[in-house]
Amino acid sequence: MAVHTSQSVAKAAGDTVARGRSRGTGNPPPPSRLRRAMSVHWYAWTMVAPVVIVIGVIIGYPLGRGIWLSLTDANERNVARSIGVNELPATYKFVGVDNYVDALTGTQFLGTLGWTLVWTVSCVGITFCLGMGLANILNRRIAGRSAYRMALILPWAIPGFVSVFAWRFLYNEDRGLLNKILGGGGIDGIPWLNDPTWAKFSVIAVNVWLGVPFMMVALLGGLQSIPSEQYEAAEMDGATAWQRFRHITLPGLRPVSTTVILLSTIWTFNMFPVIFLLTRGGPGEATQILVTQAYKFSFEISPRDFAQSSTWGVLILVLLMLFAMVYRRVLRTQGDNW
Amino acid sequence: MRRGITATALVAALALAATACGSDDETGGSKSSGELSGTVTWWDTSTVGSEDKVFKKLAEGFEKKHPKVDVKYVNVPFGEAQNKFKNAAQAGAGAPDVIRSEVAWTPEFADLGYLAPLDGTSALKNEKDFLEQAAASTKYKDKTYAVPQVIDSMGIFYNKKIFKEAGVEVPSSIADLKTVSKTIKEKTGKTGLYLRGDDAYWFLSFLYGEGGDLVDASTKSVTVDKPEGVKAFKTVKDLVDSGAAKTDATDGWENMQSSFKDGKVAMMINGPWAVADTLTGKEFADKANLGIAPVPAGSASQGAPQGGHNLAVYAGSKNLDASYAFVEYMTSVETQAQTAGELNLLPTRTSAYAKQEAVDSEIVGFFKPVVETAVERPWIPETGSLFAPLVTEYTKVLTGQTTPEKAASTTGDSYRKLLKGWK
Repeated sequence: MAVHTSQSVAKAAGDTVARGRSRGTGNPPPPSRLRRAMSVHWYAWTMVAPVVIVIGVIIGYPLGRGIWLSLTDANERNVARSIGVNELPATYKFVGVDNYVDALTGTQFLGTLGWTLVWTVSCVGITFCLGMGLANILNRRIAGRSAYRMALILPWAIPGFVSVFAWRFLYNEDRGLLNKILGGGGIDGIPWLNDPTWAKFSVIAVNVWLGVPFMMVALLGGLQSIPSEQYEAAEMDGATAWQRFRHITLPGLRPVSTTVILLSTIWTFNMFPVIFLLTRGGPGEATQILVTQAYKFSFEISPRDFAQSSTWGVLILVLLMLFAMVYRRVLRTQGDNW
Repeated sequence: MRRGITATALVAALALAATACGSDDETGGSKSSGELSGTVTWWDTSTVGSEDKVFKKLAEGFEKKHPKVDVKYVNVPFGEAQNKFKNAAQAGAGAPDVIRSEVAWTPEFADLGYLAPLDGTSALKNEKDFLEQAAASTKYKDKTYAVPQVIDSMGIFYNKKIFKEAGVEVPSSIADLKTVSKTIKEKTGKTGLYLRGDDAYWFLSFLYGEGGDLVDASTKSVTVDKPEGVKAFKTVKDLVDSGAAKTDATDGWENMQSSFKDGKVAMMINGPWAVADTLTGKEFADKANLGIAPVPAGSASQGAPQGGHNLAVYAGSKNLDASYAFVEYMTSVETQAQTAGELNLLPTRTSAYAKQEAVDSEIVGFFKPVVETAVERPWIPETGSLFAPLVTEYTKVLTGQTTPEKAASTTGDSYRKLLKGWK
C-alpha cells in the first residue's frame, strides 16, 4: 500500500520550496498578507486546487491509511468484510508502535535491510560504471554508432517481466542455456538460482542488464552537453586522456550523474519485479529485499498480515526520505544547487 | 502449495482480469419455471496441458444440460490460487462463483467467511456416499462449506526402464533409496530421485515417516520442532547432499516433471494429479514404463499425506442456484467415474469406485489403499497457513543456509505465532 507512494519521495523531498501556502496547511500567516496573496493570486490558487485535491486523495489517503494500519494489528482475519450473506465487522485494534519495535529489534527486518543495501549499492555502482564506459565509447565518431546505441537500449525496450522470464530460462540449472554453454566447455553447471550466493549474484546481474541503458542514455546526453572547446584547450595544454576525463568529463557530468544516481538508487531499492519474478525472494529468503518481503506479508502468507506489511512500507518510505535528505545536503555542501 | 509457478501464471492473470470484468453484473438464478440461467465462473487449479482439458470438457457438459447457464472456465495456477482467491474474495470483486479449493484451504476460506454454507442446498447430494476422509475437510463448525471433488495421496513414481538397466528394485525405505540411487548413478549416470524443493508438501512424507507431524490438534501443541521433525529435515538434507536426490529452489514442478519425463531422473515422489502429465513424456510413450509404489518408509513408518480438492461456492456469488447445481454436477458419480478413467484421479464417492472406469484404472487401484492409510492433517483454519513458514525453512535446509535443528525450531516458533495459545 504505502509501497507505491514511495516514488513520490524524490519530489516530496525536493518541493519544500515550491509548496507554497495553500489554504488550510501550516500556520496561517498574518491575515493582511494572506488577503493580499489571495487577492493577487486567487486565480492561481483556484487553478491548482483540483490538482492539490486529487494528489491529496490519490497519495495522501493511501499513505495515511498505511500509516494507520501500521499502528494496529490488522490482518486478514480481523478486517471488515462483507461477502454476500456474510457480514463481518472489523475487530482489529490500535497497538501503538509495537509493530515498529518488533521490526527494528527483530533480525528479519535488519537482515533484509542489509541485503537490500548491498543490492542497491552494487546495482547502482555497477550500472553507473558500465553506463559511463559505454557512454564514453559511444560519444565519439565510430562506424555504426546508431546501431550500437539501438542494441544497447534494447533491454530497456523489452517489458521487464518478459526479460526477467527470459533470464529465468537461461539460469535454469539443468536445461538453461548458461549451464549448457559451461557444460560444453567442460565446466560443471552452476546452481544460479539454487544457491543463496549465486542467486544474489544472478539477481544483481539481471538488474544491471536492465539498468545500464538508462544510465548510458542519460550520461550520453550529459557528455554531449560538455563543450568540446574545453577538451581542445586541455589537449593544447598537454593533458592526458585520464586527466581530461578526471577534470572535464566528470565535473561536466555532475548535474546529470547526481540526478541519475539518486533516481536509480530509489528505483533499485524498490525494484520489485526482478526479485519477485526471478527468485520469489528465494532460495529460502536469501534474495528477499524490503519491498518483496512487505509484499509477501500482505499477499503471500496467510493470514495476510496487513499491519506488518504497512509497517515495513512506512519504514521503507522513511529510509528513502532520509537518504534523499542526506544526499541533497552532501551535494549542497559541495556547492551544487538543485 | 503443490504446483510451481509457471510462466503461464501471468497470462492466466491477464486472462483472469479480462474475464473478471463485466461478469459482475450478470445476475442469474432460477426463474419461476425452475430453469437455471446466468453465468457461473469456475476457477479450476488442475494441471495445465493434461487435466485441464478434461475438466473444461466436463464443464461444457453442464452447459448442455442447462442451456441457459454459461460456465466460464478459468484455469488458475495451483500455486497462486489460494492468495488470488483471498484477494478477490475480500475485495468483493473478481472472485469466481465456484472455486476448486485444496483441502487445507477449505476450512480457512470458510473461517474467513468467503464460502457459502452448502447444507440443505442442491450442491450436496447423497452425502452418505462420500468417503469419510474426503468429507472431513469440508466441515467447519458443524456446517458443510464444500463438496469433495478428488482425493489423493503420494507415492513414488519410477521409470521401470532405468531400474532394469541398473538392476535395482523399488526402494521401500530411505536407506534403500540411497543405495538404489547410488547404483543407478554408477550404472547409468543418472540421478536417482528428484526431490521437489520449493514446496513443503513434498516434505510431509519424510516427516510422517519419522513419526513426526506439523501440529497435534488434539493436544493443541506444535510438533514440527520435536526430534522427529529435526530428523526429517536431516533426512532430506542428507538425500540432497549425498547426491541421491537433486532439487531446485525455483520452478520445482516444471523441473521435476521434465527431468522425469525425459528420463534424466529415475524416481520422483508425486500424486495422482501428476499421472496425466507424466504420461505425455517421451519416456512414457509406453504407459507400462511408469511404475508407482508406496513412498519409502522413514525410521518409524511409511507415511504419505492425504490431500485432495473440494469444490466450494463463493458466498458473494450472484448466481448461487446455478453454482450449487454446477458443484453437484462436477462431483456426481458419473463425472467422478469419467475423471477416474481419463485422468486416473481418485473419486470421493464410494459408489464411483464400483464404476467400470475406476475399476479399470490401475493407478486408482494402487492409490485407493494408500489414501485409506494416509495421514490426515487437522482441518483447522490455520492448516492452509502452515506451509508458508515451512517451505522457507525447507528450502533453506536443502540449499545449506540453515541446519535441520534451526529449521525445525524456526518453523515451530512461527507456528506458535500463528496458533495463539498452542504449546
